[in-house]
Amino acid sequence: MPRPVPVEDMTTPGGLLLVLAVLLPFVGVLAGLVLGGRYAQRVALVTLLPGLGLAIAIADALARSGDTLVYLLGGWAPPLGVALRADGLAALMLVTTAVVICGIAVYARTDFAMPPGAGEARAPLVFWILLLAVWGSLNLVFVSGDLFTLYVALELLTFAGVPLVCLDGSGETLRSALRYLLFALLGSMLYLLGVVLLYGAYGTLDIPLLAMRVRPEPAAWAAVALMTTGLLAKTALFPLHLWLPPAHAGAPAAASAVLSALVVKGSFFLIVRLWFDVMPDVVTLPSAQLLAGLGAGAILFGSVVALRQERLKLLIAYSTLAQIGYLFLMFPLAFDAMSSELQRGDALTGGLLQAISHATAKAGMFMAAGLIYKALGHDRIGELRGIARALPISVLAFAVGGVALMGLPPSGAYVAKKLLLDAAAETGQWWWDLVLQAGGFFTTSYVVLVVAHALWPADCPVKLNAPVPRLQEGAALALALCSMLLGLAAIGPVPLATLLLAPKELWSAVLLVLGGGVLALGLGHRLPPVPGYVAIMSPVRTGAVAVARVIERADGVLRRWPVAGLSLVVLVIGFVAAMLS
Amino acid sequence: MNVPTLFGLCAAALVGLGLYGVITNPQPLRKILAFNLIGNGVFLLFGAIARRGAGAGFGGDPVPQALLITGIVVAFSATALAVALLLRLFQATGSATLVGEQPAKPEVDDPKPYQVEKFGVLRRVQDKRSQQLKSNSNPPLSPFFKGGVSPWDSNPSLEKRGRGDF
Repeated sequence: MPRPVPVEDMTTPGGLLLVLAVLLPFVGVLAGLVLGGRYAQRVALVTLLPGLGLAIAIADALARSGDTLVYLLGGWAPPLGVALRADGLAALMLVTTAVVICGIAVYARTDFAMPPGAGEARAPLVFWILLLAVWGSLNLVFVSGDLFTLYVALELLTFAGVPLVCLDGSGETLRSALRYLLFALLGSMLYLLGVVLLYGAYGTLDIPLLAMRVRPEPAAWAAVALMTTGLLAKTALFPLHLWLPPAHAGAPAAASAVLSALVVKGSFFLIVRLWFDVMPDVVTLPSAQLLAGLGAGAILFGSVVALRQERLKLLIAYSTLAQIGYLFLMFPLAFDAMSSELQRGDALTGGLLQAISHATAKAGMFMAAGLIYKALGHDRIGELRGIARALPISVLAFAVGGVALMGLPPSGAYVAKKLLLDAAAETGQWWWDLVLQAGGFFTTSYVVLVVAHALWPADCPVKLNAPVPRLQEGAALALALCSMLLGLAAIGPVPLATLLLAPKELWSAVLLVLGGGVLALGLGHRLPPVPGYVAIMSPVRTGAVAVARVIERADGVLRRWPVAGLSLVVLVIGFVAAMLS
Repeated sequence: MNVPTLFGLCAAALVGLGLYGVITNPQPLRKILAFNLIGNGVFLLFGAIARRGAGAGFGGDPVPQALLITGIVVAFSATALAVALLLRLFQATGSATLVGEQPAKPEVDDPKPYQVEKFGVLRRVQDKRSQQLKSNSNPPLSPFFKGGVSPWDSNPSLEKRGRGDF
């Protein structure tokens, strides 16, 4: 069907900002590499503020002109040349990435400082360079206007993310890194195959041009199925999550924060671009339902396995898995039955808001967990008692991040959930309503579990192995607060206040916390000694734990390489079948 | 059948072979090689598409050729990174397999005994493998089917970790 032709034979004012946003971090990478040693960290820290400024300037220019910013590289217009574009989606993600990177950099200044005396140490050098590389490649992902440039950007992102996993160089982390790299490469090959098919069928890879030419026909179906599945492998959506938990839990805290908060969002953003911008009328409602179904599976598996973890970092890694699932629930809700295509509307806004609030909250949570690990020398959930008294700000950062993810007002996740629930009611898809609510309860359950352990009074005062710098605690708390206050920024303080005072909202918040608490009591692996618990919960818990064990075992099977590889193939076929129907 | 179609079919075969290899081979090095096979299949397909889309008087559409070169460079660097990681893994643990990964219970406090234990396991794994190859010179290819060549199949110390894990 014909769509308005974008007039783009010239660079718009402010287009140069897009080039700078991509160039600046990569210039930093090269400078850090050449100067080496102590300078890598300085270069990275110096880059932060201009980078943040550029992201804000792009958002500002976009808000002023009200139209997509375009930069034609070398003055060549598509289809022959390559264009960089920034729409509202891109600008939002650019700003989020810049804010999260700044928070992580402030945190990492202590952890990855060059040791005094030594000229150069490997881990700090690599960390600072890779941090900038991740930033640059993410910016490129957000502003690329062409599917092949996106492929290159995505590969850069993977190459920058993989070494972050094995910064400490131990055998286990090297294994997880290799596993991550190999699976991600498999995914990127599927993506590239889809790109090649699209070029073969339509003769262009430029997103607006392709969106005009693409038709619902076998070549486009095959391409979208291959590309989506490849990107899902990189995003680690259930059941393609074999690499995520060991990779995210094994890395140092600052690196985990980068990986969990930002790197998975790159490929997620690309799926959004592909489905909403390139082929909104090629994808069908069943395929969107399939995507969201996988998301529901991710919520169930990720949350239940998270509750069964003994270590805090693994719990957070599995929570990332569940939250990734949450992001995919928006696809069927954004489907417009009248025109039978995906529409940019409230559902997309909700999904994106969820992605942003997860990015900020999860970074804060990983950083808080890293501080707790540093102070205690371990992060076993069962032995966290009394830590809230010893490290109040770290625990507060974890709790605020957790509460923001749960979707209690005024967090970003609260507004996101509200938008998605409205969209579900509007399109009459009540089952996603259930999944959204269940996701909220599950998130609450693992947050409540950890916070209850941390708040429980210890028998003897906790001894800290290492001092925890205020600056690091502050960085974690600041990111968590960003997520918490995102709702205020999204809908403004006055409408939010009127919303909050409604008794219905209060009631649902209380219900959320209570339900989460019951879930945690039923499924949690290690429980604080709750009085009177045995009499009430014991019989229920026996059954619940049996179910949880089954899910844990199924998760173990799904994370085996051959099973995950087969799931990949099955998913490609499944998506094609869903497009056909 | 014209030439581009023939090359397209070859490309499909390469992708299929590579996909099979990546999924079923337990050794990371073979996975890396299989990944390159998929890559070559995709590049060949792109070449065939370039040939099919050739304008009058041209040997081929130049845009895919330019993209192709970029793709090859990216795949090359991916391979280099993977091999470098593999070498590091071998140096660190003395093993080039990904067997025995147990993310749920990684070492936390004292990594030393863990590694030593793994070293012992590794020795035994290699012994078992050579024995098994002697007794069955033509084993089935897939390691995750019953009776496959997975060398840790009958190793009691690895039984709990599950066979076919990677």
